[in-house]
Amino acid sequence: MRITDLLAELRQPDRQADRVVPPSGHTAWLTSFVAGTMAFLAVFALALSLAAGRLADRWSEALERTATIRISAPEEQMETQTRAVLAVLETTPGIGSARALTDAEQQALLAPWFGADLPLDTLPIPRLVELHEEGEGYDAEGLRQRLAAEAPGAVLDDHLRWRQPLAVAASRLRLLGGASILLILASMAAMITLAANASLAANAQVIRVLRLVGARDIYIARAFVRRFTLRALTGAGVGALAGMAAVTLLPSAEAAGGFLTGLGFQGAGWFVPLLLPPIAGTVAFFATRAAALRKLKELT
Amino acid sequence: MIAFDNVAYSYGGGELLSDVSLRLTPGSFHFLTGPSGAGKSTFLKLCYAELLPTAGRVTIFDREVRGLDRDEVARMRRRMGVVHQDCQFLDHLPIAANVTLPLAVSGRDTSAQDLADLLAWVGLGQLADALPPSLSGGERQRAAVARAIIMSPDVVLADEPTGNLDWDMSLRLLRLLVELNRMGKTILVATHDLNLIRNAKQQVAARVLRISNRRVQLAGADL
Ligand SMILES: Nc1ncnc2c1ncn2[C@@H]1O[C@H](COP(=O)(O)OP(=O)(O)OP(=O)(O)O)[C@@H](O)[C@H]1O
Ligand SMILES: [Mg+2]
Repeated sequence: MRITDLLAELRQPDRQADRVVPPSGHTAWLTSFVAGTMAFLAVFALALSLAAGRLADRWSEALERTATIRISAPEEQMETQTRAVLAVLETTPGIGSARALTDAEQQALLAPWFGADLPLDTLPIPRLVELHEEGEGYDAEGLRQRLAAEAPGAVLDDHLRWRQPLAVAASRLRLLGGASILLILASMAAMITLAANASLAANAQVIRVLRLVGARDIYIARAFVRRFTLRALTGAGVGALAGMAAVTLLPSAEAAGGFLTGLGFQGAGWFVPLLLPPIAGTVAFFATRAAALRKLKELT
Repeated sequence: MIAFDNVAYSYGGGELLSDVSLRLTPGSFHFLTGPSGAGKSTFLKLCYAELLPTAGRVTIFDREVRGLDRDEVARMRRRMGVVHQDCQFLDHLPIAANVTLPLAVSGRDTSAQDLADLLAWVGLGQLADALPPSLSGGERQRAAVARAIIMSPDVVLADEPTGNLDWDMSLRLLRLLVELNRMGKTILVATHDLNLIRNAKQQVAARVLRISNRRVQLAGADL
């Protein structure tokens, strides 16, 4: 079936062909409602997926530009080694800035694991130096060698190990969003199939009469298909718009901050949810068509 | 036109019809009689492929029914006009739309004048916009006859078409069938009404099939 055939079947409806099936308020409402709800949910899955994609990009970019150096040394050497590390960093090309984290910052980093009242000064906690890249970046291997010479307790952690799982998690999230959309569409197809089957069964006598006067299956199927497709189309239209409105009402990036930053659509992304109604219509078209052609054989 | 070869039919219990072999030749006019429950409606259903024989072969328009796919059955039915014993209307559509349904489903246009003439002829001119459930039994039967002949079919199968009609209307209907037969159409009418059969025999060479003891046989001249 080509797309032009699909459009031809939906074209300015053949009034007579549509009227042969009596209007059925119940399944009509059900189909529109299902399509609307599913489109509403799909908008969120879409927003999640797009935002996760952006998050993945942003995280890997931000993490790529920073690194930490961990200095483990006996208490009395800590100061000298830290100073040596900072001196090395100052003369390393590609490093914009570097600074040692304060005790308070280190305490804050560790608090989630060890509690807030950790006696930092009595424990052999490594000192952390945070550095930011600039320009082309620095040569990690060269830096490691220089550090080993100047400050034997210093270890360069260029965040690769951290960046990897974060970026992977974000792209998994994007994938999950995509999978959710597929599942939502599949559920919609299933529910519309059920509704179409119920409608066909409720109209068994009508179908019988139509067959007796020489109607082909496709003629009868079309009356149902057109109806369900248009309902799904309008239902999904309303649902998608409602979903987009709800996404608009999410707190803005500045207000929310952190992990949820920018869960929503940006720029051309706003057009993506507008694809949902036509997709829902297409799903309904094929679901109803398959259901009708199968059920018609059962009924007569 | 329609041929039965050693046809048997059973609804699941014992055989209702056994070993039926006969031919309805083009342009022939047959009546089908037999006691209530003998299987007249069943025989007609075999003739328009609503039922398939449990044994033997039914051939319609030179095609064996069992070999037809659903679209072919649909096209075959467009060449037959059937008056069902229980009429079979779409109750949500007015009589006019029901009568023109065979044209609509085969994608043909309806001439408003032809429809008006036909409805007037069966005495339903005033009821074109009425819904089937609001009609009397006789009115429904006349509408069913109008629907059966609107496509000018090659074969007309009528199941008790005069069951609810007064004698005048029955004769009017008979004249219509005779007229169609003279135009070359093949006619088969299931009926209990011996007077109708006698009257028809004065107008055309009608033959009578009788169902008895599960067989369908040509009756003698004495009915
Ligand atoms: N769908 C069905 N399932 C089972 N039995 C059926 C079915 N239709 C008809 N029968 C039985 O088959 C027999 C013949 O029915 P049929 O309608 O052909 O009789 P008929 O000769 O047309 O009777 P009438 O003159 O009363 O219309 C009857 O005993 C009926 O009960
Ligand atoms: Mg009968």
